[in-house]
Amino acid sequence: MTSPSMPAQPRIVLDMEIPARAPWSAIVRKGQTLRIVDSHGQQAVDTLFYCADDLQERYSGQDTLRAQGSAYISTGSAIVSNEGRTMLRVVADSCGLHDTSAGACSCESNTVRFGHGTKYLHACRENFLIEGAKHGLSKRDIVPNLNFFMNVPIDPSGNFTVVDGVSKPDDYIEMVAEMDVLCLISNCPQINNPCNGFFPTPVRVVIFEAAKD
Amino acid sequence: MILTPEQQAEIAANKKRYDELKAAGQGKAPRALPAPTLRDSVPIEDTAIIDRETIPGGWYWTTRLARGEALRLINSSGLSCVSLLAWNSADTSERLNHADTIKVQWAASLRKGRVLLSDMGRVLFSIIEDTSAAHDTLAGGSTPATNNARYGTRDTRNTRDNFILAAGKLGLDRRDVMPCVSFFAPVSVDADGRFVWDANRRHAGDFVDLRAEMDLLMALSNCPHPLDPATTYAPQPVEIIRYAPEPAGADDLCRTASAEAVRAFENNAIFLNRSVAR
Repeated sequence: MTSPSMPAQPRIVLDMEIPARAPWSAIVRKGQTLRIVDSHGQQAVDTLFYCADDLQERYSGQDTLRAQGSAYISTGSAIVSNEGRTMLRVVADSCGLHDTSAGACSCESNTVRFGHGTKYLHACRENFLIEGAKHGLSKRDIVPNLNFFMNVPIDPSGNFTVVDGVSKPDDYIEMVAEMDVLCLISNCPQINNPCNGFFPTPVRVVIFEAAKD
Repeated sequence: MILTPEQQAEIAANKKRYDELKAAGQGKAPRALPAPTLRDSVPIEDTAIIDRETIPGGWYWTTRLARGEALRLINSSGLSCVSLLAWNSADTSERLNHADTIKVQWAASLRKGRVLLSDMGRVLFSIIEDTSAAHDTLAGGSTPATNNARYGTRDTRNTRDNFILAAGKLGLDRRDVMPCVSFFAPVSVDADGRFVWDANRRHAGDFVDLRAEMDLLMALSNCPHPLDPATTYAPQPVEIIRYAPEPAGADDLCRTASAEAVRAFENNAIFLNRSVAR
């Protein structure tokens, strides 16, 4: 696999599949690149970042959008923390459209959106809580996140809708870490809206860096 | 990926249900939301007023708000922006969730008839009056860095630091400072995804009335919005009136405006019946 940002002789730090509906976490070191691959297309990948040295410094969607002056994430976006620092920078994106305003699904919000009958379904916040707990994180630390490969157009009147994803199989996004970060992912299990094509699928994560001589 | 006929049928059924919910949420809501409140149309009776506060320009304010009480936030100068955070006073891990607020209501815009939701699928506030419908849910508050970039000095108060201080006063800390919503901040998103600031949507005397739907801790920050293009830092005071509004009736606008609102208030009712003496 090659990409614009991959060095000629990369050292692959990690390369694995996240099963459909599953959580995942790893540290991405400063200078390393995180690639997330939407292997089958139309699969939302809910993602949070925390400064590895201070988990209270965490991803801020509002600061990220305000800093770039626009409402969606793509190549060139700086991923900004609640302390106003750049955590990672998006360097490649074959999809071109990612959300960070719609947050994660939860059992509780599902009841409001889709009916009380959807309460006992798996949800991204369950994934974030389970995976975050391994790192000492609790619900207080789970903030609205990045939704890679999720299509949420906002029209000038403010209408806000999760619509069909535009990602194709093997679309990917790559970010270079500008500090050591803890990455928390929920491979979204939602089946009540189009963010996963109503059928959650596995995704792939790769962490790589330039080979050291 | 090859799907079985059963999987394809399940996908089709889920898609059909979503399309119906979307149509109900955006086009065929049971109640159309009313026009903005007229600025001189709903004075608060003196007997209903509990107390008043003036938040100086650049400052913050914290308070407890009991379920059923309301706050009127008044943009006297027409130039102010008020950013808000709130927590369930019985369990502060339940808090304002701007993402759920906009996602659930199919709208990034706040106006009379909409609600502010917590991360637990419950309503924190109902927006019972609102003269401007010019509020921001997407871009957050000012920070030391945004003030420095806009005004060329760090010697100005900002919303990020105000919220850290406010959280401290409430016994909370930095971990409890989440994304906010900002009133009197006329931000929208254009067809290219860029943020647009439209000062014409903001007027002297604009107000928004928020009714608490559970017992709350809350923080307000009165700082210019980071997308406000004014290059001079000149924050003006905002007036706050705490009052006892008419109790919500069975046909209350905010409680019946959409199927989503009805379900969120059903979640409130479950919570209140179980944990609060009536």
